Parts: sequence; C-alpha cells; structure tokens
Amino acid sequence: MEIVPAEGLLAASWLLIALPLAGAAVLLLGGRRTDRWGHLLGTATVVAAFLLGLACTLQLDGRRVDVDLFTFVSTGSLDVQAGLLYDPLSAVFVLLITGVGSLIHVYSIGYMAHDPRRRRFFAYLNLFVAAMLLLVLGDNYVALYVGWEGVGLASYLLIAFWHERPTAATAAKKAFIMNRVGDVGLALAIFIMFAQLGTVTYEGVFGQVGTLAGGTITALGLLLLLGACGKSGQFPLQAWLPDAMEGPTPVSALIHAATMVTAGVYLIARSAPVYDLTPTARAVVLAVGAITLLIGAIVGCAQDDIKKVLAYSTVSQIGYMFLAVGLGPAGYVAGLAHLLTHGFFKAGLFLGAGSVMHAMDDSVDMRRFGGLAPRMKVTFVTFGLGYLALIGFPFLSGFYTKDAIIEAAFDRGDGWGYVLGGVAILAAGLTAFYMTRLMLMTFFGRPRWEEGVHPHEAPSVMTAPMVLLALGSVFAGFLLVVAFPLEEWFAPVFGEPEEVEHVVAPIVVSVLVTLVMVLGVAAAWAFVGRREVPVTAPARVSPVVRAARRALYADTVNESLFMRPGQWLTRALVFVDNRGVDGAVNGLAATLGGSSARLGRAQTGFVRSYALTVLGGAVVVAGALLAVTAG
Amino acid sequence: MTDFPWLLAMIAVPAVGAAAVAALPKGRDHLARQVALGVSLLVLVLTVLATVAFDTGGPRFQLTTSVSWIPDFGVDFALGVDGIALVMLLLIGVLVPVVVLASWRETAPGPRSMTAFWAWLLLLESLMVGVFAATDVFLFYVFFEAMLVPMYFLIGSFGGPRRQYAAVKFFLYSLVGGLVMLAAVIGLYVVSNSQLGEGTFAFDALRQLDIDPGVQKLLFLGFFTAFAIKAPLVPFHTWLPDSGAEAPVGGAVLLVGVLDKVGTFGFLRYCLPLFPDASRDLAPLVLVLAVIGILYAALLAMGQTDMKRLVSYTSIAHFGFIALGIFAFTTEAATGSVVYMVNHGIATGLLFLVVGMLIARGGSRLVGDYGGVAAQAPLLAGVFLVAGLASLALPGTGSFVGEFLVLIGSFPEVPVYTVLATVGIVLAALYVLLVYQRTMHGPPRGVLLERAPAPGPVPAGGGGATATTTGTTTTTTATTTATAGPARLRVSDLSRREMAVAAPLVALVLVLGFYPQPLLDLIEPAVAATMVDVGVDPGTAVPAGSGLTTGPGGTD
Amino acid sequence: MSLTHYLVLAAILFTIGAVGVLVRRNAIVVFMCVELMLNAVNLTLVTFARSTGTIDGQIMALFVMVVAASEVVVGLAIIMSIYRTRRSASVDDASLLKY
Repeated sequence: MEIVPAEGLLAASWLLIALPLAGAAVLLLGGRRTDRWGHLLGTATVVAAFLLGLACTLQLDGRRVDVDLFTFVSTGSLDVQAGLLYDPLSAVFVLLITGVGSLIHVYSIGYMAHDPRRRRFFAYLNLFVAAMLLLVLGDNYVALYVGWEGVGLASYLLIAFWHERPTAATAAKKAFIMNRVGDVGLALAIFIMFAQLGTVTYEGVFGQVGTLAGGTITALGLLLLLGACGKSGQFPLQAWLPDAMEGPTPVSALIHAATMVTAGVYLIARSAPVYDLTPTARAVVLAVGAITLLIGAIVGCAQDDIKKVLAYSTVSQIGYMFLAVGLGPAGYVAGLAHLLTHGFFKAGLFLGAGSVMHAMDDSVDMRRFGGLAPRMKVTFVTFGLGYLALIGFPFLSGFYTKDAIIEAAFDRGDGWGYVLGGVAILAAGLTAFYMTRLMLMTFFGRPRWEEGVHPHEAPSVMTAPMVLLALGSVFAGFLLVVAFPLEEWFAPVFGEPEEVEHVVAPIVVSVLVTLVMVLGVAAAWAFVGRREVPVTAPARVSPVVRAARRALYADTVNESLFMRPGQWLTRALVFVDNRGVDGAVNGLAATLGGSSARLGRAQTGFVRSYALTVLGGAVVVAGALLAVTAG
Repeated sequence: MTDFPWLLAMIAVPAVGAAAVAALPKGRDHLARQVALGVSLLVLVLTVLATVAFDTGGPRFQLTTSVSWIPDFGVDFALGVDGIALVMLLLIGVLVPVVVLASWRETAPGPRSMTAFWAWLLLLESLMVGVFAATDVFLFYVFFEAMLVPMYFLIGSFGGPRRQYAAVKFFLYSLVGGLVMLAAVIGLYVVSNSQLGEGTFAFDALRQLDIDPGVQKLLFLGFFTAFAIKAPLVPFHTWLPDSGAEAPVGGAVLLVGVLDKVGTFGFLRYCLPLFPDASRDLAPLVLVLAVIGILYAALLAMGQTDMKRLVSYTSIAHFGFIALGIFAFTTEAATGSVVYMVNHGIATGLLFLVVGMLIARGGSRLVGDYGGVAAQAPLLAGVFLVAGLASLALPGTGSFVGEFLVLIGSFPEVPVYTVLATVGIVLAALYVLLVYQRTMHGPPRGVLLERAPAPGPVPAGGGGATATTTGTTTTTTATTTATAGPARLRVSDLSRREMAVAAPLVALVLVLGFYPQPLLDLIEPAVAATMVDVGVDPGTAVPAGSGLTTGPGGTD
Repeated sequence: MSLTHYLVLAAILFTIGAVGVLVRRNAIVVFMCVELMLNAVNLTLVTFARSTGTIDGQIMALFVMVVAASEVVVGLAIIMSIYRTRRSASVDDASLLKY
C-alpha cells in the first residue's frame, strides 16, 4: 500500500507527541508553582492527544500517511528525517496509548493524591506517553529507537519514583540495563540496514530488504527480536519486568502491562516484511514466545505478591503475542488483537490491584488479604470482569483473542503447530489457575488483614477508569474480532486477510481451551479455595514450587553468569589499571629517579677525583686521536 | 566585518584579560573573577559572531589571518578555522564562562590568592583558542605545549590533596608526547624542504606533500603519540583520572571538555590529511586501542569509588568512540566524532560540574559517602541525571547523535570493532546508573546526614575533602537544623548561581539532541575535505540502494 | 739538544704536575702543580715554535702565561676565603660541589 503525504488534520499529528511533551516540560520546569494544577494539566494533555488521535484515525480511511517534520540528521549518505507514519497499525497503538493513558492519568489523580511528588509523577507519565507515541508513530527505525529509549527512560524514572526504597531504585536500574541489552540488538539492526541498504526508513528498508542475502535478513530479524525481548520482558531478558512492580501501580498498569512492554510486539509486527523473509528468525520468535508464556504462567502460580502475579501474567500474555506474531501473516492480527484486549483487561486488573493496595495500606501480600469482596464492591466487580477476560471466559475479550492465537498456531499444520498450540493451551490452564488463586486469596475467604487495616472502596476518580476498562475487557474482544474485524482494518499494512484452512476446527479449539480453563479454575479452588490460606508462605514445599517462587532462578542465573563475574572483572581491572598500567608508568618514573640518584653519587665533590676524571678523559681523547690518525 | 581578525581577537582578548587580572593587587579576588567573567563572556560573543561570519559553503579555511613570524624557517603566525575548529571554538566560548561561574566560590588551598587562578584560566582560554585556530603546524605545536603551563598551575596550585603528583604527572605525560611530536614536526619541515625547495609549516602546503610511506609511518606515529596521550587512548590514559580527580572542578571541566579534544582534533586535522597512507595502514592499531578503551575504561569506571575519577574514566571510554569514528574513514563516522567531541565537552562538563556541586556540599569525593540525595535536592539530582543520561548517550541528548553517527558510520567499514563498541552502550548505562543510584537514590546516608558531627567541610572517608569546596558548604545549612524523627540530609538544592551554571548546558544537551542538523551543517564540509585528503570519496561510504558493499577506499 | 729532549722534559714536568694534582691535598700545592702543567705545555709550545720557525707557539705561550696569572689571582683568592672559613687548605675538606 502506497504511503501518501499528510494533509489536513493528519498533518498536525505531530501534536500528538508535542502535547504530552509540552505537558512534561511545563510540569518539570514549572517547579512547585505548578503543584496545584499540575496533575490536571498532565491529564488534559493526554486526553487532548486521545481526542486528536481519534479524529486522525477517523480521517485515516485505510491510508498510510506520512508526515515529514524536519531533518534530524543528514550527513554523508545517511539521511534521517524526523517523520511520522500514521497508518492503521500506528493508529491502533495511538488510540491504545492515549486511551488507556487517559484513564490511568485520571486514576492517578486519586491514587497519587497524597504523594508530595504528584506533579513530578504526572510529568513522567506525560513524558512516557510522548515517547511511546514517538515510538509507534516514527516513520523510520531511528525515530523508533529514540522513542524506544525514551520510554526506557520514563520507565526508569517511574519505577524509581519512590527512590528512597532501595528495592525500587535497584529495580529501575535493572529494568534500564536489561532494556539496554535489548537496545544493542535494535541498534545493530539499524546499523546493518544502513550498511546494506543505505536507508533506515520503513519504506526504504521494506522495499529493498528482499535484495539482501538470507543470512543478513535472519541476522536482522534476530537482532530486532533481541530488542523486542528487552523491551517486552521476554526470555531471556524477562527478569526485569516483575521487579518493575516497585513502581506506583498506575505505572505498572500503563507501562508495564498495557503499552510499553507491548512495544516489542509492535516492533515485530512493524517489521513484518523482514520476518516474512526469514523463517529462521520467525522460528526463534515462536520459541521465545512459547518459552516465555510458559515461564510466566508457571512462576505466576507461586507468587504471593499481587502485583508480581499480574506481572508474570503480563510476561506470559506477551509471550502469547510473540507466539502469534511469530506465526507470520496468520498471526499478526491475532497477536495485535490480543495486545489490545490485554491492554484493557490487564490495565484494569492493575488498577484494581492498586485499589486493593490503597485499601490495605499499600500491602501487596495476598496472604494478608482475603474477604475483600463485600468491602470493595466496585473493585471486586471490575477486577472480576478483568479476571474473566484474562482467563478466557467465553465471550469476554480474552476468549476471542487468545483462541485466535491458538487457532493460528494449530493452523501451521505441522508438528510444531501442535506443540505450540499445546503449550498455549497448557498455559491457558495455568493462567486460569494463578488468576483464580489470586481472586480467591484476595476477595474471598476469611479476612487475614494486618492490625489496623480498614479496607474501604476507592474514590470515584479511581473507580471510574476501572469501570471503563472493565467494559473494555468485556466487549473489546467481540468488537475487534467479530463486529469490526481488525483483519480488515490492518489490510493496508499486512495485506488482505486470506482464507485459511483450519487444521483443527475453531469450535474444537474453543471448547478445548474452555475445558482446560475450567480445569485450572477447579484446581485453584481445590488447592486454595477449600482451605485456609496460611499468612506466611509454607516453607516445606516441593522443588517445583520452590523454583517457581524464585522465578525459575532467572535472577540467580543472571547474577552468577553476569553480575558476579562482572564485578570480579571490574575489581580485577581496577587492580590491573592501578598497579599494572599506572604502575608501569610510575615504575618507569621511579626507575628514572633512582638511576639519577645513583648517577648523582658519582659527583663526590672531591676536586681530585674530578681531576682524575678529566685526566682520564683527556687520555681517552688523545688515544682516540692517535688511533684515528694512525689507523 | 569579515575582514575583522576574529581569531586574533579571540586569542588576544583573554590573554590581555589574563595579564590584567595578574596585575591586580593581591586580595582583589572579587574584582578578578568579575573581570574573568566579563572577558570570557566577551569571547563567547566573539565566537558567536565569528560563527555568523563563517560561510558553510565557502572555502575550507576562513577568517584567516597570517603574519610572518620566523621567516628563516618559514613559520607564520597563521590562523584560520574550518567547521571542525569552529565548533570547538564555540565549545570553548560556552564552557569558559560556565566554568568561571561554577568556580565563583573556589578558594585556594593555603594562603594563596585566587587572582592567579583567574589569570591562569583566562590564559588557558587564549591558548586553547590558539591551538584550534592555528593553521601553521609549528604554531600549533607552540600552542599545544604552551597550553600545559596554565593547566599545570591550575592543577598544581588549586587542586585536591594530591595535586602536586597529579600536576607533575599531567605535565610529564603531555611533555613526552609533545616532544615526540616536535620531532615529527621537524621531520615534516625537512620533507617539505626537500620536496618544495623551501621548508614550510603551513598546513595547506604540507597537505600537498607526497611523503614516502615509511617516513609517513614514523611521522604519523610521532603525531599520534602526542594525540593519543592527550586524548587519551588506553594505555596512555592513567594521567587523566589523577588529573581529573585532583584538578579543581573548573579545571577538570576544561581539561576533559576541551584540552583532551586537542588529541582527537589532532587525529582528524593532522594525522589523517598529512599522512593518509600511514593512517590507513595503522588504522587497525588505533581501532584496537579505541575499542579496548571503550570497554576497559567503562569497566574501570564502574569500579571507581571516587566520583571525579569515575567521570574521568567515562571520558576515556568516550574518547574511544571518538577515535573509532575518526579511524573508520567514513564521512558519517568522522562527522559523528566531531559531534561527539562537542557534546562530550558539554555532557562531561556538566557531569563534572554537578559532581563538583555535590562534593561542595559533602566535602567528600567518594561515592559511598552519599546516598538518597534526590529526596531533598531534586534539582541537583535532576541535573545529575540529565548529565548522566547525556553521558550514556540516551537519544534526545546531543551525545546520542554523536555516538549513533560514529557507530552507524563505522559499521559498514569496520563491523567487528563497531559491534564490540556497541556493547559499550550497555556498560555506559551501568556505570552511570550505578553511581546515580548510590548517590541519589535509597535512604538518606553518608556525610550529609544531619546527625553527622560535621563542623564545616570535614573530610569524611578517604580524605577526599578538598579545601576548594569550603565556599559553598556555608550555604548547605539552609534546611532545617534540628528535626527529630527519621534521618534527614543536611543538603540544600541548587542555588541560583548553580542553576545559572547548569541551565545553559542542560539546554544545549537537549537542543543538540533534538535538532543537531545546524551543527552537522557546520562540520560536514570540513570532514568531507578531510576524507578527500585521505582518499575516501565523501558521501559514498554506502551507496544507497546497493547490496553488499564495503565502500571504496576501504582498508586496503 | 734535539727536539726530543725538550719534549721529554716537558712530558716529565707535565706528569709531575698531573700526579701532584691527583695525590696532594693541600690546595696551594695542587695549585702549584697546575702551574707546573701549564708551564710544561708552555715549554712544548715554545719548542715547537722554535723548531718550525714560526712565532705562533710563542704567542700562545704568552696567552697561557696571562691566563695563568689571572688564574692564580682568582684561585688564591678562593683558597684564601675557604681557608678563612674552614681553617683548612685541604681540597678534600671542600667537597661541597656535589649533587
């Protein structure tokens, strides 16, 4: 599909980025003067961006529109223009980011009401929205990279928002570093594009990528995947995402559930023309997705921290999306649809968790929850709807989109298709298990609250966004898959949908998935619901549970493979530098000084020894002269 | 206006200012610093006006002035700038007033008067301008060596506890390099004498020489040694952490921000055009040193306990990137190197300044003596973060443009080195965020704790206290003096003067990060001319739309 | 007498002077030995002047005498002042001329 220059409202789509950016700038530079109305301004810019995005999207009409802004970097044969690409793919992301973003901004007004640094919180959120919009709107890989690192920065700032807590500060740093590891992949991919194709724009790269050697394309695909893994918390770079829950809960909802962590999926979907040419890289994407969705689901079952459960659930759900986009054209739309519905229900779940934490004096330990359903009716209902949507309860959002992914996996038709589909179904059961466990431990059973905790419903400024997101969780799947199929919407990007022969009939898949889901729920009831939940985690557990509690030893591996050797190497190098390199120099200086002192001793001060030296010299000179004249 | 001798004025004004300040009677410190600020601002105005007078489409060297100096040896007092030199002059113009303002409350260790400090600072500015503006190799050499003297005194007289050691080390290292270069300069003269009939030191004439490859290699190594020590490349780097740590903050900013750039500037201005064959032959050597520097210095930076040493090591890593870009022989990479030079001056300058502000509050240079500062000094922490992010080349900061151009430009020519260098960006994130977390995040901790018995700027831990910091510590008691309850830090946020120091640099970091093209337009013609000198066709390093390519004029 | 005789005499004188400078401690004696060496050289100069029939050597000898005279003046003054401060005319006592 041809890309056309922008006109009318779409030409002003740069305002989408500029508005939140201006909000962030005003709030950060304005200082305490803006404390009183800062949160309102921050929310207003995002709402305005949402409205603008809605208007732009309505005008889009299936076109792909390019907005040329200014020359960013142009030197030699490299020419990077700051430009935006507004097409159906980016439009969907714009709406998701600004839509969910607006709701979460509103929610944060209540959630952060008593925080003395609320203004800064909104500034960072605005900064995030601006960077994320740049990420999805840029028309070249460099713009994407700028946004990519920009969201990384915003994520760092927001995870470390309560930076007095060492855990929060460490988690923020960990997130940034692991993201940077991924960024190296993305950067190298861009270098290869420039070296081989001389361009970094989507249009240029996708137009010419076919001329490259197969190995180069695979390398491109793998490097892009590395970047995607870093940002989206996928194996092997998944360990930062659960730790990122140290940030305020609205941050977890917006950045670490609904939007930023799905950037990896965006990257792979956007780079579809590259992946279409490299089955190898695509197979790796599939493997990464499958491994991650299992890891996330398994670990999620053993966590007691409500946000960590949701975080591992996010890891696992993004694994589904990777699996989907790894399937190729059949899966892109399914993956993106799941991304959108996941954005709704996971953001809703996080906001619900935030509401619970708000009520429980910021405790996150589910073992100290219980029996909250009657006390927090709105939270319970909205959270419950999100829960049902996530586990794939029939006719709610997750049901449609997750099924679509599993169907697409089976549709591969080969043995791997069955393996992937099987893994996905197994994970669906696990999802049902850990989410039901969470529901039971939080809302049902006997209260196990700590002394002095008086649960209460959150103010309406917080519950209203939760209600809206719950509505989204219920209806989004139906709307996106059945009523207004995304496939048609995305046709300009991924091509017209093809009629596929289903290997396994969709109805069979649906029934199978629903059965497994019911099994998972039942298992959770059997393990958790029937019995009293101990307030401290049992110590005598099976090795499997122990491994799951420790996140399958991901941190242990990272620490023993990278951190400790790194620290050791650093210390060793400091020693080498001080004693070796600098020591050599200082040693040379000392040698020179020492020999000069020793030579100086020859100057005895005795006139007669000098006279002897002079005589000796004269004899030598005379002898030399004689030798020369004689010889 | 174009006939006005801009460059001469830029050299003369601070020199005269230095003389005037030196002539002031003792004890007139305040007047001295006012004069210094006025003079440095005047130079800033001159550089800006000179930039306006500079025509990017015009001849390579502009604003030229030439006076015969030692006619017997064909030495001219010849000045002129190309785009590369001009942006360095702009950097000097911006950094010196900032440094003057940042050093406003510096006090000399011992009974020494501060007038000397301001005089040396202005003299240094004059000589720095000279070194970038010289178009006569001998004149360049003279400025190159003369520059050591004011810096030697700035470190040796106004530095930290080990200032003597650091100053001597700095001087000896630079002198050794300089002497080797002198030999090469004389060698060039001899070659020009035999080829042109009469000896000359004029850069433009020397560029035309056709030197025997063996001789080229020797002369190249002569220049290279001097520049590699100056830049510094591993393994010639160990003087920098000592000098950077012991120098007064203002001196450290100019040392790392500008003086060291003479090294990389020299690679680009002298090594490449004068010895193109040798440069290409020996490029692998330089590239190896550059990549080692990037990784090795980054790891070392992580292991440092002294913040100023840490910043010095980060600079060594950055110089590795710059050298990589220069010796990759592509227009993109070399342009990126120059962009990086400018932005590194700003970013690392800012980092040194903000670290200096922190040290002024706590009186210790050790990372471990601070903690949780962000909670009570959010502006200080914010500026620290901006400086740190610029240091790790986050997109949106000017350094990103430089680093990105260096890497993307080098990749087509030297992919292996580039990939290794790219790993350095992870390490950069580590060393920046580690020190940021340790000092700014976490619970209140360290020497700034309120209950710490700290009458005045007492050195705590490691004896890092510098007497140079007493001036500002008097302002740090602003916050509440006796609050019961949880531990609080006795630390004030940025003062107005400190904000005036940081604001222009923060603004430059961001502006150059989002709209670097004007800077590139200044730089590119000069870089392209350099590439022509080396025999690389500028602008065709990567023929657009072609498949596999290594670019013409590659390392053959 | 042949040329050789004069030269041998000069060599003997020179050797006596050189050995004296090296072995004697008294500054005055050392000084006189230096004079002896100078005069040995003078003798050589005059001898060669005589044998070649030119006057260059004689002129040179006169120069040497003038220099020797001024040297005596300065040298004795130094020795006197050292003797006054140190109550000793031994050259080994005045070993200040070292690093």
